[in-house]
Amino acid sequence: MNALRLIGVGWLFQFKQLSRSAFDSFLAVLWPLFFATIAFFMFRQGGDPDSLIYAGLGAAVMGIWTATSVAAGSALQRERWYGTLEILVAAPAHFSLILIPIGLATASIGVYCMVTTLLWGRVLFGIDFPVEEPLALAVAIPATLLSIGALGFLIAVAFARYRYSWALGSMMEYPIWLICGFLVPLTLLPDWVPPISWSLAPTWGMNAIREASTGGTPLPDIAMCFALGAAYVTIGVLLTNSVLRAARANASLSLT
Amino acid sequence: MTSLRIFFIGGLTAYRGLINWLSPWIFVPTLVVSPIFQILLFVYIGRSAGVQSDEFFVIGNAVQYASIPCLFSMTHVIEGERYQQTLAYILVSPAGRLPLFLGRALPVIVNAWVVSVFSLLVTGLLVGIDVPLSAWPAIALVILVASFSCTGLGLICAAIGLRVRQTAVLDNVIFGLLLVFTGANVPIDEFPGWMQAISDRIPLTHGIEAARDVAEGASLADVSGLIATEFTIGIVYTVVGYLALRVMEYASRQRASIQIA
Repeated sequence: MNALRLIGVGWLFQFKQLSRSAFDSFLAVLWPLFFATIAFFMFRQGGDPDSLIYAGLGAAVMGIWTATSVAAGSALQRERWYGTLEILVAAPAHFSLILIPIGLATASIGVYCMVTTLLWGRVLFGIDFPVEEPLALAVAIPATLLSIGALGFLIAVAFARYRYSWALGSMMEYPIWLICGFLVPLTLLPDWVPPISWSLAPTWGMNAIREASTGGTPLPDIAMCFALGAAYVTIGVLLTNSVLRAARANASLSLT
Repeated sequence: MTSLRIFFIGGLTAYRGLINWLSPWIFVPTLVVSPIFQILLFVYIGRSAGVQSDEFFVIGNAVQYASIPCLFSMTHVIEGERYQQTLAYILVSPAGRLPLFLGRALPVIVNAWVVSVFSLLVTGLLVGIDVPLSAWPAIALVILVASFSCTGLGLICAAIGLRVRQTAVLDNVIFGLLLVFTGANVPIDEFPGWMQAISDRIPLTHGIEAARDVAEGASLADVSGLIATEFTIGIVYTVVGYLALRVMEYASRQRASIQIA
């Protein structure tokens, strides 16, 4: 119960903090719009209205990943700058309970991006987004957010010893956009890429949202989101223990 | 002689001291890997949408990516003095402002050129674009002019950085606008008239067009008009940027806000 409360309060705190950062909120919302605009022009030029809907939904979910990759990647470095990292690590709660809300909060900022991109496509490009299965969509969106948030948590832990973690987070933006099928069907990618895509929650989240929106079978994709999210959290918790043990042994937590 | 020393040695020293992006831990992810994936992303979107050729996206995005070093480095090489607590010392010095500010632009242009040419070569090989070997020197020259031109825009951002704190947001927004408006991914004639009017007046648009024409077999003489336009735009932005820096410097003195923005 205490763990759930900590995650809830931590999420709210981090979400409010990120919402007040021009870089993590305003730019996170605006950034995918540039790419969405280009994609809308390109797919409109292609002349297939269905592909425009495909691109619109993809561009909307791209924003969730944008909001997560840089902010989650640099989460620990940010705490270092604030001077709070050592205090958080020394707290009686397991450190992963501090980090999970950060991943979830960064993904939650993606809701702003998603809504803005859908409105952008509707108002400026006249894209009429279908909602064939509203109930499934209502489950698919939180499932996608949770699983991407869990991936954000894993990234935050994995980059703990990297001084310039923001650069790694930023570097991961385009590859995930490319290989998770946001704007490009996986069938167009080389044969060795889809197996990598299937291990990434954004792929299944994107599928789930598309299937729910256009009237397919989103439940298997939603289930994969939850399964992968749980796997990321498990690996992340184990990695947290290992990273903290090494940081304590080497006195290298602050990276000074 | 002093001005030349400030321009070349001072510019390089300031660049090396202030741009921590030169660390391989930042340089590789942001200026080696990211441009390659940006290009691949748009190549595959283009294939998915069934528009344009791979060459169109490879050249467009490689030249456009020069804007990352141009904008971010140029802004930081001046604004970064504030974070180092050295801005006041720089501005109180008797050094001529022209070599002081513009000397810092030279390494930025070189870096942008290297990033752009490298990403063009690598993704060109990965995707397999067909550009004749004889066209590469001309493309390299076009990219150099485009890098200069965009650094002029970076100088304006640097001036704004003397008054505004969130320059990372500003630079990212301008990068995004350049990605849309320069025609790196969408032919300019697909844009509505007001967007075309903007495209014609910003850095990189004419450079990208010239590079594409050269890759298609045009000679340097054929694209000399485009290169001249790109260069002229660069001159205009550099002059505006320099004047803006002087105005901001004056305003900072008036408001006693040099270190606090």
